[in-house]
Amino acid sequence: MLRLTWLIPALPLLGFVLLALFGKRLGNPFAGWVGTFFATGSFVAAVLVFAGLYQAGGERNFEQHLFTWLPAGDFSVDIGFLVDPLSATMILFVTGIAALIHLYSIGYMHHDENFPKFFAYLNLFVFSMLMLVLGNNLLLTFLGWEGVGACSYFLISFWFQKEANASAGKKAFITNRVGDWGFMVAIFVVFLKFGSLNYSVILPAAGGLARTTATFIAVMLFVGACGKSAQIPLYIWLPDAMAGPTPVSALIHAATMVTAGVYLMVRCNAFIAASAEWVSWLIAAVGCLTAFVAAMVGTSQYDIKKVLAYSTVSQLGYMFLAVGSGAYVAAIFHMITHAFFKACLFLGSGSVIHGMGDEQDMRFMGRLQRFLPITSATFIVAWLAIAGVPPFSGFWSKDEILEFAYLKSPILGFLGLVTALITAYYMTRQVTMVFWAPARWGEHAVREEVALAPAAVVAAGEGEEADAEAAAAAEVPAGEVVTLVNGLPVEGHEAVVDPHFHPHESGPEMTIPLIVLAVLAVFGGFLNLPFTHGTEFLASWLEPAVRLGYPGGLEPEGPSPLLKVLFAAMSTLVAAAGIAYARSVFKDGDRAKAARFEPALLQDAWRYDRAVTAFMGGPGRRIFDGLAWFDRTVVDGAVNGTGVLIRSVGRGARRIQSGYVRSYALGVAVGAVVVVVLMAVRVLSF
Amino acid sequence: MAVNYVVFFICALICLLGATGVVFSRNPVHAALSLVATLFGIAVLFVQQSAHFLAAVQVIVYTGAIVVLILFVMMLLGVDQEEDIDEEPLLGVRAAGTIVATILLLGLLAVFFLQSNRSTLVTGERSVTAPLSVDASLDSTKGVAETAGPDNMATLGRLLFTRYVFAFEVTAALLTIAVVGAVVLARRPDRLQPVPDEPESMDDDFMAALESEAGH
Amino acid sequence: MADLSAAYLGLSAALFAIGALGLIRRRNPLVMIMCVELMLNAVNLTFVTFGNMLNDAAGQAIVFFVLVVAAAEVVVGLGIIVALARRKPGLSADDMNVLRG
Repeated sequence: MLRLTWLIPALPLLGFVLLALFGKRLGNPFAGWVGTFFATGSFVAAVLVFAGLYQAGGERNFEQHLFTWLPAGDFSVDIGFLVDPLSATMILFVTGIAALIHLYSIGYMHHDENFPKFFAYLNLFVFSMLMLVLGNNLLLTFLGWEGVGACSYFLISFWFQKEANASAGKKAFITNRVGDWGFMVAIFVVFLKFGSLNYSVILPAAGGLARTTATFIAVMLFVGACGKSAQIPLYIWLPDAMAGPTPVSALIHAATMVTAGVYLMVRCNAFIAASAEWVSWLIAAVGCLTAFVAAMVGTSQYDIKKVLAYSTVSQLGYMFLAVGSGAYVAAIFHMITHAFFKACLFLGSGSVIHGMGDEQDMRFMGRLQRFLPITSATFIVAWLAIAGVPPFSGFWSKDEILEFAYLKSPILGFLGLVTALITAYYMTRQVTMVFWAPARWGEHAVREEVALAPAAVVAAGEGEEADAEAAAAAEVPAGEVVTLVNGLPVEGHEAVVDPHFHPHESGPEMTIPLIVLAVLAVFGGFLNLPFTHGTEFLASWLEPAVRLGYPGGLEPEGPSPLLKVLFAAMSTLVAAAGIAYARSVFKDGDRAKAARFEPALLQDAWRYDRAVTAFMGGPGRRIFDGLAWFDRTVVDGAVNGTGVLIRSVGRGARRIQSGYVRSYALGVAVGAVVVVVLMAVRVLSF
Repeated sequence: MAVNYVVFFICALICLLGATGVVFSRNPVHAALSLVATLFGIAVLFVQQSAHFLAAVQVIVYTGAIVVLILFVMMLLGVDQEEDIDEEPLLGVRAAGTIVATILLLGLLAVFFLQSNRSTLVTGERSVTAPLSVDASLDSTKGVAETAGPDNMATLGRLLFTRYVFAFEVTAALLTIAVVGAVVLARRPDRLQPVPDEPESMDDDFMAALESEAGH
Repeated sequence: MADLSAAYLGLSAALFAIGALGLIRRRNPLVMIMCVELMLNAVNLTFVTFGNMLNDAAGQAIVFFVLVVAAAEVVVGLGIIVALARRKPGLSADDMNVLRG
């Protein structure tokens, strides 16, 4: 059964080809069913391969070679698949969630005119992700890496007719590229040192590398992972990526693509183990900081998807914190549970958006539990999971990370705990605002019309633009009427505010995946319960893949039972506190009270984007201009200069051929003279 | 012997004057005549060095045929106009030429005269072809000096037809080719476009002149 | 004869140099051919002198061949000049400069 491995990426690839060629003819919704069929087929194959690996026992390491891809003298790269516990785990949840999301998209993208194209891209994405995970060498992983980056670009800018969406796609791709540079450099160095890129060759031998080399490789791989998995400083693309359709956000930016970085780090744990001490500290610190910073931003966002985006960044930070603390199993565990509950949250938010007529601002939602029962039930389940409420899955995985982080350093553990508090807080804020707070739509919206005098216009305008407003205020006629809903201007939200508006629950294509994911979010924790070694299924399953990741070959002491109980208690307390506090602030829908908890700085995401833009526009631009000048003048100049030099030398040398016989004769005479002089010199020196 | 010196001196003078005449004469006919003088001088020097046959060939072939041929062409083409040798269109050729010739002369003189061991260096090792005097495969055991007079021709003839017969045949073929080539080159082309101000035939002026003269 | 041999060589060197100078200086093609003849004669003299010094008749044999080749060369050269000068009456070596870089 292990020989079916090649089917796993092949089926989505076939789906992509079919949909690319015949998608338009298949049309809506048949193209969607075709895409879903291939994704599900891939999932079935993945289950069979997993079963095969489980039965195989022993080393649990199987490689399947398809053909040689790049034969280049001594170096050759083949298309081959490595099935070991790590990749088997990944393919299961990647294909599973992908299949569910394909199903969901049939309902969600129903009204879109580019319906078949969407599924073609989705299938291509699944193929790339599977190549990334299943590849048995770094180059195949890189192929998949680039592939998912490209598909992410395609899918984020799916509605590219709107400028903002196209920009978001470009931003994602470019930021990823910065990370890819790190990955590429690491590949080059690995090849330089080992002469091969196969995992079976480099990972066992990584321990023998010089410390500096291993450090360099590990850091470069981490740079790549930062780009793909949106850590500081390369996380800026993920919130903007919410411009893509919600299924895309769920699949790519919650469950699969962004986990590629974590996967890479866990796969190459041997390099981390062989590198200097500070590398793991770096990874853990970056992860922890990202988790905290992103969580803070999530508390003040109004867009339902942006909250989840920052939440993703924050949870990815947790995974890197785990990697840095040496808890690879915990990282994978959290990756799996996160995939379940985050996908459920995203799909749920998609359902909400769909039901609210494409409204995404949470301030115009509320009371939706009554109108979207299934969506709200699954959303609430996922909320409990991410908030870390026992016995949902998120509690177990997050707890394990916090314990290992604490063992690495109490500061990290403490910061992680604080972040957990904030996570619980902002997720509760979201759930409350969307489902429980008083409704602000349809007939429930409290509408008021306010006549603004010119002076009031100035006062109501933004503080920074006061001067400009003062100049424009003279043009505004006195007594302009503005509609406010619960204190907010309505512009852009008229559909929702319309008294006859009614949110509706989504169809079965959308609710079935939600239910499946919610169930997984509830029971996912049983993968790796920390009670005894016997219940830690995931840890023992992944052991062959992570055993090279411990420096010196020694598995570090796990958390003691006392520590486990302590952290369990503290996280529950923290989760409860966060939930309670958020409920108290947001449940009655008082905007004025709530606004105090949503400072502008956090709404603007620490002004980080603005800083990046300022840098890139200012000094950054100058650097780039300088580099471009260098490339044009020095590099191109050298190349063109060679040509110019040869031409000018030729032009000069041409003049020797004057065409005059006499000058040629003179040349011959000069030659004769040289010969005679040489002879004379020989003669004289005798 | 004093006579040799005197003869040499006179002939050398003639040669050099003739050479200078060739180079510096304005009129090409004068140059040709100077060349004749030089060739005669060299012929005498050949005789002085017991190369009687060569001296005769020099006068007959070189002076009598080649220079005469050149003079014929000069007359045929009317190239006997005086060449303006004061003006030099190409830059620096005159100066460079003078320098080069001077250095060449000095270099050659240095090679010939400035050596420690006179007997071996100028002429290098013993020549590749041993003199006839020691060559067993040939009849005559006489060297050059012993073969003065009519024997010189015999020696030379023997050399040419035994040792150097291949080169001899090749040069004969060369001569034949040269003759054929000359005939081809000098053919008057039929369908050639004449240069605008060039007469159709060099004879035209002459014939016209004849007719006009006959008409008078 | 040894002393005179040296003089012969000196004379031929001088003739050769003068011939080279003439070849470079003169523009009239026929005069140029004459200068070439001058150089060839200088070389002939050298060969005969060496033959005399070494008591070897090969020097004279070589001169024989030089003579023959010079004759052939003059024939062909004059043929070329005739072919060219027909078109351009005031021919000079400088006029034939079309084959240039």
